[in-house]
Amino acid sequence: MIIRVCMGPAGIAAGGKQVLDAFNAELGRTQVAAKVLENCSSHQVGCLGLCARDVLVEVHRDGTKTVYQYVKPDMVARIVQEHLIGGKVVKDWLVDAAYDSFYRKQVKVVLADCGRIDPESIDAYESVKGYEAARDVLASRTPEEIIEEIKMSGLRGRGGAGFPTGLKWELGRKAKSDVKYIICNADEGDPGAFMDRAVIEGSPHAVIEGMIIGAYAIQAGHGYVYIRAEYPLAVERLRMALDQARSRGYLGKGIFRSKFDFDIKIKLGAGAFVCGEETALIASIEGQRGMPRPKPPFPVNKGLWQKPTVINNVETLANIPHIIRNGCGWYAGFGTERSRGTKVFALTGKIKNPGLIEVPMGITLREIIEEIGGGIESGKPFKAVQTGGPSGGCIPASMMDITMDYEALAKAGSIVGSGGMIVLDADDCMVNVAKYFVQFTQAESCGKCVPCRVGTKRLLETLERITSGKGSPNDIELLEELSGGIKSLSLCGLGQTAPNPVLSTIKYFRDEYDAHIRDRKCPAKVCKGLLTYSIDAAKCKACGSCLKACPSGAVSGEKKKPHKIDPAKCVRCGACFDVCKFGAVERE
Amino acid sequence: MAMVTITINGKALTVPDNLTVMEAANRHGIAIPNLCRHPQLTPFGGCRLCVVEVKGLPRPIASCTTPVTEGMEVTTMTPRLEEHRRFVLELILSDHPNDCMTCQATGSCQLQELAYTYGVKGERYPGERRIYSKRDGNPFIERDLEKCILCGRCVKICDEVQGVEAIDFGYRGFKAKITTPFEDDLDCEFCGQCVSVCPTGALTGKLWKGKGRYEGVRETETVCPYCGTGCNITVHARNNEIIRISSKPWAWNEGLLCVKGRFGYPFVKSPERLTKPLIRRASGNFEETSWTAALEYVSAWLKKIREERGPDAIGGLSSARCTNEENYLFQKLLRAGVGTNNVDHCARL
Amino acid sequence: MESRLRELIERHRETGGNIISLLQDTQEAFGYIPRDAVMLFSRELGIAASRFYGVATFYAQFRLKPVGRHKVTACCGTACHVRGADRIISGIQRELHLAGEQDTTDDGLITLDKVACLGFCSFAPVVLVDGAVHGKATTDIAIREIKNLRKKI
Ligand SMILES: Cc1cc2nc3c(=O)[nH]c(=O)nc-3n(C[C@H](O)[C@H](O)[C@H](O)COP(=O)(O)O)c2cc1C
Ligand code: SF4
Ligand code: SF4
Ligand code: SF4
Ligand code: FES
Ligand code: FES
Repeated sequence: MIIRVCMGPAGIAAGGKQVLDAFNAELGRTQVAAKVLENCSSHQVGCLGLCARDVLVEVHRDGTKTVYQYVKPDMVARIVQEHLIGGKVVKDWLVDAAYDSFYRKQVKVVLADCGRIDPESIDAYESVKGYEAARDVLASRTPEEIIEEIKMSGLRGRGGAGFPTGLKWELGRKAKSDVKYIICNADEGDPGAFMDRAVIEGSPHAVIEGMIIGAYAIQAGHGYVYIRAEYPLAVERLRMALDQARSRGYLGKGIFRSKFDFDIKIKLGAGAFVCGEETALIASIEGQRGMPRPKPPFPVNKGLWQKPTVINNVETLANIPHIIRNGCGWYAGFGTERSRGTKVFALTGKIKNPGLIEVPMGITLREIIEEIGGGIESGKPFKAVQTGGPSGGCIPASMMDITMDYEALAKAGSIVGSGGMIVLDADDCMVNVAKYFVQFTQAESCGKCVPCRVGTKRLLETLERITSGKGSPNDIELLEELSGGIKSLSLCGLGQTAPNPVLSTIKYFRDEYDAHIRDRKCPAKVCKGLLTYSIDAAKCKACGSCLKACPSGAVSGEKKKPHKIDPAKCVRCGACFDVCKFGAVERE
Repeated sequence: MAMVTITINGKALTVPDNLTVMEAANRHGIAIPNLCRHPQLTPFGGCRLCVVEVKGLPRPIASCTTPVTEGMEVTTMTPRLEEHRRFVLELILSDHPNDCMTCQATGSCQLQELAYTYGVKGERYPGERRIYSKRDGNPFIERDLEKCILCGRCVKICDEVQGVEAIDFGYRGFKAKITTPFEDDLDCEFCGQCVSVCPTGALTGKLWKGKGRYEGVRETETVCPYCGTGCNITVHARNNEIIRISSKPWAWNEGLLCVKGRFGYPFVKSPERLTKPLIRRASGNFEETSWTAALEYVSAWLKKIREERGPDAIGGLSSARCTNEENYLFQKLLRAGVGTNNVDHCARL
Repeated sequence: MESRLRELIERHRETGGNIISLLQDTQEAFGYIPRDAVMLFSRELGIAASRFYGVATFYAQFRLKPVGRHKVTACCGTACHVRGADRIISGIQRELHLAGEQDTTDDGLITLDKVACLGFCSFAPVVLVDGAVHGKATTDIAIREIKNLRKKI
């Protein structure tokens, strides 16, 4: 019998440790032979389950899994008595239907082991068939067979562009050179996404195994993992995993007792979104400024140190062992005609159940939001999701039934991207969202090419004008004109996609732009410059917080008398609104 | 070298396969607007002015960085491409001082010329402009980085040709700028190669300021007097005063000069400059004389020493400022004329 | 400092590092990248100082000025942004009396670092105080933590 207690951050916050201790004590007392394990304790990204119902406890008995929700230490004795000893499920505390729908729609391939095995133990990985695929490949299959298998699986790159992985490997295999490289792109630059981090923290060996198979397929002797320095735990785990793999002969000279040599080095990113772009990433590994260079030549022909180089995303690589083990037909069984398999999304924003989810491609947005995500947290109307981060776009509530796959999302003006999925509700201003992303790309532009360097700046200035109430009627046209030029003329993917958040919000939320420009109003009450602040004398307790907080001396008032805001002096920073504990500051 | 056949603007051309589209076009007399490209340097691809359309590709490509491939069908001039180029110029000029009236580079500025060709004034996308108030205190090169378009030519020539790497790109995005380490004053060889390739007025000579640009300036092709290398130079003069020295890219020295050749011309009108031979008399004072008298004086002494002490009492030291031919003649003078092998050259020291 | 720098140079030579890794090691040792370090590296390794400066100013990680002894890290990623990171950040700035682009307090003790996504998006908005994660943060929580920090200093 196995008991698994959720010890993810949310589980711990809900008292997971106490529950765990209670189980250990109770089992000791009653002399029941059962193992108590931790779920999700191994990575910091948060629950891969439904953390809103923590502490969740799984009981595995007689080959069936039972899950209890909201478990408290004082409930443990009864669970042990009735269920573990008596064999009768405690019905009152079972998870409810929402738990079921959270899991029913998900298919875990990449995340299957994350949170369930000890990521710091190579034995744990091998106990779930880890390295079987690599061993098999090295022993008995040709690179061509592997490439064919991956091609047939329909796997497409999960880093954003969705390029077919098998095809990329084939090009890598055909490139003529004694020295070739395979690089794992773990830069995860999309601000608001953490899939790759979770995979590396939760199952680093899976990524290494994927790299080994990829290296063999293209016959590369050297691998790099380019990982952002902001993920210290992931880096640590990866280092540990590489050492373990090396000591077992899975990396180094003659891996898996074959004639094939392969080893992997870690390179830490230094904080630049553009270094997720392949040529910039290569420049960065070489120690230079991460400025992209034109393609062609493509990295598969001239990459790292001018040698053929294949670059794959973390999630792409983590899929590989599963595909080899289970066969391409199995993998291709998930998803749609042109988008096969599963995809991990980082579901965040205003959703009830935020976290990492893994779903078959082609699932509808509605299923994700309503069934897996549990709907909007605040109960307010769902407005849109933003997918693909700074390169992506928004999908409005009216298109809830869109399928999540490369083609459908592209048609809607967004992208699957790396998997960030930010849920927005009625309190979010779409112009502000567009401005947020342009501000991000503008700050992250490498500055090499004119359309991106100057164009995104002008784009941002225009959006700033609109959100501060100084927009002019031509501004939407201006945004479209700038966007068009930046998209067609920029050198790399960063600039080419930077206008997407603007164009897609104009497409679906033009009325919000109009409200800002024409009526000088922000319907969601987000854009500070368009709000006016006043104090409701009835609610004001004259605590003086706002008076202290106001940077421009616009608040006046004496002790025990309601305070007042002078609109002429107010700079609309909202400091008073933020600090008032009594909700007396009103904004309009 | 393999050859490929491509068509540019409908014309079939057979060209070596190691060319870029722009090089192939240029070889056949088709010009493509450009700003960051420089034939002496590796391509950069930053300005995006050189975009062309290639059949089958969704977006225009930069012709300066794209290699030719068999069967490629290229169009260099369409209304859409011209629109794109105007867009780029509008953006560049929106972040430019546009003070051509007082700019040193007026008339020899590639940016100005393109703006003129396309009728672009930089008024379409107004916005923030980079402002740099600190002036670089080095003695030779004016670095007005507000005018810099970040084409990278200066960085590349300093690295790829001069091998000094005194400057590099710094920062990123809109804040990107060409900088020295820690933004100190430039401290380098001051060869001025960077100045010579800058397509705008961002890099100019400090000595040039206010001395003249085009009007009334006479250019004379000549050879640098400083050393035996004999770089070809162009002397710019106005009112009979040298106001600048440059070198043509098609000269044998490919437009490259050193600090002396490029910036060392003020000696020409220095009051301390020797214009006549001087002889030091027994009193220790110098006395002006004619060339004939001076040479006779020298030859008389040489003869006297050889007679009294023998030819090996005489030695000759020649100068790097002489040409090979002059050095040859000099050793001939010593060996055949004086009769000694005591001859050397300052560049060997 | 000189001897630590020499150590870094040795390690760099042994491991065949590059400019970025050398600067990362330097920053780890000193908290920032001292000018003297760059000049010494440049002389010893024959890499132009301009290259070091170009790289150091390109990547967000590198700092050319000393940082405060304590660090408050505020996430500006998307998930945090839509959950009000802006307001928390301006609250922190007010609490630390930071004006405009200033990121370190006048006494040089506390540095506010704004980063894009720490990967804790499920707990957005997120603030780190000397590395300790505070999820679902509010302005009040952030200010309370800073006050606690001040007490410890
Ligand atoms: C600006 C920019 C940022 C990118 N960031 C990432 C990233 O953080 N992680 C990633 O895997 N791919 C990123 N990509 C995509 C990569 O360049 C590349 O296509 C991908 O890593 C290839 O792997 P895949 O085929 O397995 O997806 C980025 C691309 C661009 C243009
Ligand atoms: S598009 Fe932007 S990030 Fe890409 S090369 Fe141009 S300036 Fe750099
Ligand atoms: S003057 Fe010469 S050495 Fe100095 S920065 Fe320019 S090209 Fe480099
Ligand atoms: S200074 Fe001149 S040559 Fe150098 S990048 Fe700027 S515009 Fe180009
Ligand atoms: S000339 Fe080709 S991009 Fe500048
Ligand atoms: S957006 Fe803040 S942690 Fe990801």
